[in-house]
Amino acid sequence: MAAPRLFRPTARLFSSRLASTALRSNLRQSACAPSILRRGYATEDGTKQVTVRDALNEALAEELELNQKTFILGEEVAQYNGAYKVTKGLLDRFGPKRVIDTPITEAGFCGIAVGAALAGLHPIAEFMTFNFAMQAIDQIINSAAKTHYMSGGIQPCNITFRGPNGFASGVAAQHSQDYSAWYGSIPGLKVVSPWSSEDAKGLLKAAIRDPNPVVVLENELMYGQAFPMSEAAQKNDFVLPIGKAKIERPGKDLTIVSVSRCVGQSLTAAAELKQKYGVDAEVINLRSIKPLDVETIIASLKKTGRIMVVESGYPMFGLSSEILALSMEYGFDYLTAPAVRVTGAEVPTPYAAGLEAMAFPQEDTIVSQAAKLLRL
Amino acid sequence: MLISTKAKFFLPLGARRSTVTRLRAEQRGFAQVTGPETIPEENDRPFTIPLAEESFQTYNLDPPPYFVETTKNQLKQLYRDMIVIRRMELGADQLYKERKIRGFCHLSTGQEAVAVGIEHAISKEDKLITAYRSHGFTYMRGGTIRSIIGELLGCRDGIAHGKGGSMHMYSKSYFGGNGIVGANVPLRAGIALAQQYDETGNVTINLYGDGAANQGQVHEAFNMAKLWNLPVIFGCENNKYGMGTSDKRASAMTEYYKRGQYIPGLRIDGMDVLAVLTAVKHGRDFVKRGNGPLVYEYVTYRFAGHSMSDPGIAYRSRAELQKTRENDPLTNLKMKLVDWGIITEDEAKAIEKEVRRFVNEEVENAKQMPAPEASLDVLFEDIYVPGSEPSQRRGRTVDETWC
Repeated sequence: MAAPRLFRPTARLFSSRLASTALRSNLRQSACAPSILRRGYATEDGTKQVTVRDALNEALAEELELNQKTFILGEEVAQYNGAYKVTKGLLDRFGPKRVIDTPITEAGFCGIAVGAALAGLHPIAEFMTFNFAMQAIDQIINSAAKTHYMSGGIQPCNITFRGPNGFASGVAAQHSQDYSAWYGSIPGLKVVSPWSSEDAKGLLKAAIRDPNPVVVLENELMYGQAFPMSEAAQKNDFVLPIGKAKIERPGKDLTIVSVSRCVGQSLTAAAELKQKYGVDAEVINLRSIKPLDVETIIASLKKTGRIMVVESGYPMFGLSSEILALSMEYGFDYLTAPAVRVTGAEVPTPYAAGLEAMAFPQEDTIVSQAAKLLRL
Repeated sequence: MLISTKAKFFLPLGARRSTVTRLRAEQRGFAQVTGPETIPEENDRPFTIPLAEESFQTYNLDPPPYFVETTKNQLKQLYRDMIVIRRMELGADQLYKERKIRGFCHLSTGQEAVAVGIEHAISKEDKLITAYRSHGFTYMRGGTIRSIIGELLGCRDGIAHGKGGSMHMYSKSYFGGNGIVGANVPLRAGIALAQQYDETGNVTINLYGDGAANQGQVHEAFNMAKLWNLPVIFGCENNKYGMGTSDKRASAMTEYYKRGQYIPGLRIDGMDVLAVLTAVKHGRDFVKRGNGPLVYEYVTYRFAGHSMSDPGIAYRSRAELQKTRENDPLTNLKMKLVDWGIITEDEAKAIEKEVRRFVNEEVENAKQMPAPEASLDVLFEDIYVPGSEPSQRRGRTVDETWC
């Protein structure tokens, strides 16, 4: 607990612009090609194109192989091969003891998974979507997240909750909500949300290995997308640290903080900003919602002086509200413009395509807001 | 006088004694039994005691035997354990009234036979999880009185280091109380799943109240437990009231042992510790043989109010309370033990005195325990498993925050 204080409240800081200059040059030196540009150039140095779905499947298979205490349960995960085919082939490979089909009974099977975790197993509970996990959120929060603390540290709960979250196409209000802020606000939980295939594999494996309850918020629309996967990421010991963000595209003029599917949109928007205005936006892929990589966000903010958050949750009391508050608490003196956010609209997701598009961030929304922020 | 068919094989000790027993029993409305045939001199030699026919009602299940094999030592221990829990609860009651215990404090006075009977029927490797009326179970699962009372007082050396309070106490093979009514039922099915998965051959015992029996997730857990043949005894501790709502005002069908529908069930006289012990032993064997889950109903009564702020008389009559107080599990056992000549009145008094001294001493010890240090380090410890904590910790202000 006695971690070094990496950041002090701005008010208590010397205004040390020197430090941020050093940081900037540092990052420039280590600048790498943004992964958006790498897409499609997969085979050099042993990388290969892998879909997010296959990356998740690989992560599950590897962890089931490595740890006998691990099993997966959920609706349609076994014989049906997963509602979204993420668990494809796992039943054949690991058998019905390790890959368990449950009835449609979220509160019940989630409680059973948590109970098994309390008794020492390492379950992976799949929700067909996190919309249905609302039926079970009491078990996730009251039984899984709080028990270690309530027991004075004698009762751990090693469990992973995973499934698609957030925006999905044409499924209307009950199947298209982002729960990042809900789970991100609960002490005792860790929450990750992958964008790319490397994210998906590394974060899911980290979640399964973490001794605490971890919520993995995937996105249905990402499952079919292919990303290059490095040689290192293809190995079965590849794990990403929970709590570390990734700078997907370095830049000096504006920090765009994003997560999950919105990372891809932000990268496209950043490329357009460069092309249209010659502006270099730095895009941060949060990867982890709880703990949040405040260090990376604030370091980037100090470098660029401007911050914009892009996410698909509701605007009120959300992930972006949190990051905007943090940027004021820890980066106020470095901001050269008010922090802005692009979020989902405060509306139950409508069905009609034209209305649906207005309810979630689009690439042009990001570009236009960035241009406005930069007074371009 | 009703005597079970099995009990008929045992001769009454003597006409006078059984008449006394019968009279007392009728006064209390308590099930009547004859005494054991012969009682050995030795404290550790097993002998058989018959149970009353009213002890059990079955649902798609062969009844447990109407007798229990026990020893004088065990009977005395059963008695002592029940008094310990009663005295501990009365101690908590006192401390609450002195405003030393804050927040929740749900007492189990009147229900001691359930916690004690179950523990004497299972092994330490069997798992147990209960709801929020958890003090007695915590003691029976190995929690010390000082650590339980210390927890109620919010002390650093309480069983959960002052982090849990009345509803959240844990120990080995004991998965605690749970403050969310009904939520512990799927958890228990999950613990049973883990036992099946690990092929431990052990059984999970769970308790929930008659109020919780109407929660949807209870039935979700029943379904999966039967579907997957999980080694679990679901147990409705029917104390007749969910807070202030009587079972009849809450449940369309109050035969909770039949609520499993496709799961065999048993209703047990929860005011008779020997009936509870016998039933759970029987159920444990049934489940261990791979027969799948059971739904038990322990019919008991809550002598106190729902919690400390409830005097417990607004929704039930004084006459009812008075009547059930005469069916006290402690008195029930003591009268039998005295009637059967296993202990004398004086010995019973001596046990009570010794327990009172012991519990008072433990309570005094708990009172001496320090409160947790009011520091951020203590406040934030154990949110995550040590070694896996996030480097950040968010306090009330930026000054109290590590990022």
